[in-house]
Amino acid sequence: MTAYRCDLGGERYAFDDLKTVLAKASPRRSGDELAGLAAETDAERIAARYVLADLPLKVFLDEALVPYEDDEVTRLIIDGRDADAFRPIAHLTVGGFRDWLLGHEADGEALAAVSPGLTPEMVAAVSKLMRNQDLIAVARKRRVVTAFRTTLGLPGRLGSRLQPNHPTDDLRGIAVSVLDGLLYGVGDAVIGINPATDNVPNAIALMEMLDALRQSYDIPAQTCVLTHVTNAIEIMNRRAPVDLVFQSVAGSEAANRGFGVDLAVLKEAHEAALALQRGTVGQNVMYFETGQGAALSADAHHGVDQQTMEARAYAVARAFDPMIVNTVVGFIGPEYLYDGKQIIRAGLEDHFCGKLLGLPMGCDVCYTNHAEADQDDMDGLMTLLTVAGCTFLIAVPGADDVMLNYQSLSFHDLLYLRATMGVKAAPEFEAWLERMGMVGPEGRINELTLSDPRMSRLLDQTRRVA
Amino acid sequence: MADAPGNVTDLWSPLRAATSARVGLGRSGDAQPLRAVLEFQQAHAKARDAVHLPLDVDALTAELGPHRVVQVESAAADRSTYLRRPDLGRRLDEASAEALDAEEKGFDVVFVIGDGLSATAVQTHAAALLHAAVERLGGLSVGPVVVARQARVALGDEVGERLKAKLVAVLIGERPGLSVAESLGVYLTFDPRRGRRDSERNCISNVHRLGGLSYALAADKLAWLAREALRLGLTGVKLKDDVDLLAAAAGSPALEGG
Repeated sequence: MTAYRCDLGGERYAFDDLKTVLAKASPRRSGDELAGLAAETDAERIAARYVLADLPLKVFLDEALVPYEDDEVTRLIIDGRDADAFRPIAHLTVGGFRDWLLGHEADGEALAAVSPGLTPEMVAAVSKLMRNQDLIAVARKRRVVTAFRTTLGLPGRLGSRLQPNHPTDDLRGIAVSVLDGLLYGVGDAVIGINPATDNVPNAIALMEMLDALRQSYDIPAQTCVLTHVTNAIEIMNRRAPVDLVFQSVAGSEAANRGFGVDLAVLKEAHEAALALQRGTVGQNVMYFETGQGAALSADAHHGVDQQTMEARAYAVARAFDPMIVNTVVGFIGPEYLYDGKQIIRAGLEDHFCGKLLGLPMGCDVCYTNHAEADQDDMDGLMTLLTVAGCTFLIAVPGADDVMLNYQSLSFHDLLYLRATMGVKAAPEFEAWLERMGMVGPEGRINELTLSDPRMSRLLDQTRRVA
Repeated sequence: MADAPGNVTDLWSPLRAATSARVGLGRSGDAQPLRAVLEFQQAHAKARDAVHLPLDVDALTAELGPHRVVQVESAAADRSTYLRRPDLGRRLDEASAEALDAEEKGFDVVFVIGDGLSATAVQTHAAALLHAAVERLGGLSVGPVVVARQARVALGDEVGERLKAKLVAVLIGERPGLSVAESLGVYLTFDPRRGRRDSERNCISNVHRLGGLSYALAADKLAWLAREALRLGLTGVKLKDDVDLLAAAAGSPALEGG
């Protein structure tokens, strides 16, 4: 059956099925080429977009890209969809949906109202018909507000994750990086460590140190050790201080199995974390990370392009009311996203798709040393994402993660975004910064000197804790 | 290009000892001071050069003497293809496959030296480590040293299969970081053949001179693992489980070269 065809520029283009149309309509990227799914020519890519533009949105309800019977993520998507919410846009084509999203009538409220009616496949599909500016313009309208000890996602705010990783999980080394980040006003989304050694006793030691630091500084922020969700369950059983429960997730049951998780274990962890009641201004307790290429690298992509599989991961995340979600966009390497151009495009797509599906979407603006990218590309992506109303960005000392061996943003970059875009941290955290005397004229973060008593107090506390 | 103000430098110097992270950089307005920017760019440049500079096979061959060297190429024709297509880096090109088929066969151990993601690491460490390892493998038959360009770890499977080796040891450049751009990894695979999974290998990572594993210690581990693999008839998770001591000493997780 070749129901998907178009005549363009004197050529006839035919596509076997829906997932082929989606893959070939995707902007060029190395992961789809590696999977053998990408358009053969630029002309074929545009032909696929013509075909996609004319498909009714409803086609994604009739044709599952990953079979319902084989995959619990597909079942979650289909069974959990709100048909009433979809009604206002049910008559649209994918192209018509693009125009609807950009229309002035589609304000934040209207976008929020249709969110529960959308499937990730619809959202991924429409993103393929949108230029970068469209992805920014629409995402900017869709604020998603979540809360734990801080409130994230409010207009005029940009959150940040303080990522104080250390190659051997040295407590003092981590505390020093936390102090460094706090001096730049970073950490309102989460203070979160990727442990070098992922086991229960090590994670508990890190959590207790972070919790003591938080309490001694009296910081309104949440902490997290990004250990496997099954470890987090065990750690909660042992009554260690768990604020946010972390897990990497992907867009198919098989890919999630590769991460050692399924929906049942995520549900168990979510319920256990809710029961702790540790949030003060809200109870969003989950932290998910995703990234294009995760499903393909696990050979669990079902012949579907990597961006659509990524959007399906957001369906997993939204089932658990997360506090934060971020795409680790450039971490996976050049075989999935080759260069700065591909990383920037993917970052904007992921943010747009996450927001449209109702997620508090952030981004680790990052790259590895074998990708064709550098800090100039990161400057571009972080600026674009801030314009797009991104929930939070990740920052590490000097943009160099010395444990995971890749480059992210530096704490300084958050100062730049604050100053050039006029964005601030979450209100609770901003109030803390003001109490600490760290907010200067025009909302800038002051640079503290050694002679400043506030500085010596922070230092003393760092020494005491670690 | 001024240094950070003296008091800030003094303040951070005891703290810096606790971490290799770039803490206490100071500020120029909201930005990093130029010195920090240039230091970062220099480290990134070294890492990129490690990825992109070609392996000097002739120089390496000279250092490997008296061992006989067979040169091969993967099916990835150039660096750009190699980076995009890991699958091609795991296969030999046709000429290399034919050349290997013409070689003598049947060895206990065959060493494959592959550029991986850091030719710098291979250029710096591979010959020294190989000599140290072979010294410790007395009594075993060791095949010619196969030097492979545009190689991923799994290329060793095809090489070992064609040479009918019981065990293949792949010495390969690991993905460079900003702090260490020249780290070598070793992957041991028993009964190598195409399609082996990563869980069927044992890895010794972080061989380098900036606080990493020394040649002697890496060679000790390699020789121990090689003899155990030949005795038990396996490599991978099951072998590693019996060697707590070695696993613990191996340090941080492997930075996959392949």
